[in-house]
Amino acid sequence: MARESTPQRKIVVTVIAWIIALAIFFPILWTILTSFKTEAQAIAIPPRFLNFDWTLANYVTVQERSNYFGHFMNSVIISLGSTILALAVAIPAAWSMAFVPGKRTKDVLMWMLSTKMMPAVGVLIPIYLLFRDWGLLDTRAGLIIVLMLMNLPIVVWMLYTYFKEIPGEILEAARMDGASLGKEILYVLTPMAVPGIASTLLLNIILAWNEAFWTLNLTTSNAAPLSTFIASYSSPEGLFYAKLSAASTLAIAPILILGWFSQKQLVRGLTFGAVK
Amino acid sequence: MATQASRAAGRLMISPAVILLFLWMIVPLGMTIYFSFLRYNLLIPGDNPLVGFENYQFFFTDPNFWPALINTLVLVLGVLLITTIGGILLALLLDQPMFGQGIVRVLVIAPFFVMPTVSALVWKNMFMNPVNGLFGWLATVFGLQPFDFLAQAPLFSIILIVAWQWLPFATLILLTALQSLDSEQLEAAEMDGAGPVSRFFHIMLPHLARAATVVILIQTIFLLSIFAEILVTTNGGPGNASTNLTYLVYSQSLLQYDVGLGSAGGVIAVILANIVAIFLMRMIGKNLET
Repeated sequence: MARESTPQRKIVVTVIAWIIALAIFFPILWTILTSFKTEAQAIAIPPRFLNFDWTLANYVTVQERSNYFGHFMNSVIISLGSTILALAVAIPAAWSMAFVPGKRTKDVLMWMLSTKMMPAVGVLIPIYLLFRDWGLLDTRAGLIIVLMLMNLPIVVWMLYTYFKEIPGEILEAARMDGASLGKEILYVLTPMAVPGIASTLLLNIILAWNEAFWTLNLTTSNAAPLSTFIASYSSPEGLFYAKLSAASTLAIAPILILGWFSQKQLVRGLTFGAVK
Repeated sequence: MATQASRAAGRLMISPAVILLFLWMIVPLGMTIYFSFLRYNLLIPGDNPLVGFENYQFFFTDPNFWPALINTLVLVLGVLLITTIGGILLALLLDQPMFGQGIVRVLVIAPFFVMPTVSALVWKNMFMNPVNGLFGWLATVFGLQPFDFLAQAPLFSIILIVAWQWLPFATLILLTALQSLDSEQLEAAEMDGAGPVSRFFHIMLPHLARAATVVILIQTIFLLSIFAEILVTTNGGPGNASTNLTYLVYSQSLLQYDVGLGSAGGVIAVILANIVAIFLMRMIGKNLET
């Protein structure tokens, strides 16, 4: 929708937009800055914006006091593990619904979507009790299973909308040439589906990384990913703003970077293809 | 087109996903419904007798229930109001030609990628804390008394935090919708002498209506289940001032170990969410046909 605009107008719009954007981004910027301050400077009045003694001490302290790296790895393993498992189950399902749709395909898709509408608190108690009996509380395996199932509907839906865009004629042609089902998937479909699968992977890593209902309820220490670990700062002890900021900066940095790559997919994934 | 064999293969490929989702949702939900009819407390050993609707009766007469229900609705509506109106305005702004559009977009979207526990704790301590927070400092600069956000206006403060997290989502979706608007239509309207205001109300807003509905419905689904932000900021307090339905169920079941009562609350939360879900599903279902 690029229309003609006068240079003056463009400058005014630029100034307003930048002020608003910086205001929205400010809490993140402030967290990053604070992570490099000393605890005393973190609460200094008036606040120090750039005029402070830059230090990495908080990052060292956070690691030493609480095995930060261990929680970071929990987040990595849980978000990657749950996403890859979900893809393994969802790719065949989405493929068959996109290319061999039956009478019930639409119903199945809508039913899958409806499971996502269920509030987690509605199944919290049985899952908690079952996990307690099965020894899955506070384990990475337990959380991988839950997050995989939680995101499965979104994964199926996203893949479905991507696969739908692959022209069916290409598959017909491959079939005419005598390609078996396996070969069709491996040599024809996969290369065309890779971008869609990659976007789905990205969005679901983000969702799993930031998940904070099941992680808080099902993990306490051993398997705690960063979202649970950061919550331990809710009971303050002495000066902790700089340490909280350092822990937070490391926790959000990977996802901020991944997120910026996946803006477009975010829209498609979270609206189940309703807005593209 | 599809052969008999590929049909069968297709069914085989769907089944793991269908079976897993069935086990994940239907079975635990069935258990929740079953528990909700039992007298079942983890601290009291022995049988868990069937007690009919006793738990529901307790839940509805619990002095925390109505406040929690109202808080849930206020939280959802407050965040929706800020994010939808703010999102439309921001999307209109970001759609204009400007310098550094890409960077502005990235900055605006960033809060959505911050995990809930981090954003809640950062806002709580570094901004809303009356002694050490930036807002407190700003108040003193202007000669005002610092305001203790989370003690004096807990629900409002949580609404602000959550709105900050969801504003990027609304903006991004509305911006995407805006960019799909046919520019010729706008130019034609301009030629016919339609001013910016009437262009907005007669062309842009109707075009945005669909995306805005999707934003509202999807956000509602997520906002009904706000949990982490409450847990790390106020623990539902002071009193029950910031307890929503999700938090109430959590505190009854996992803090007070009353499985039966918590389950009844869980069922009520599911019913509430389903009312919204029906509308959302209809919209998405319509889209599937085109």
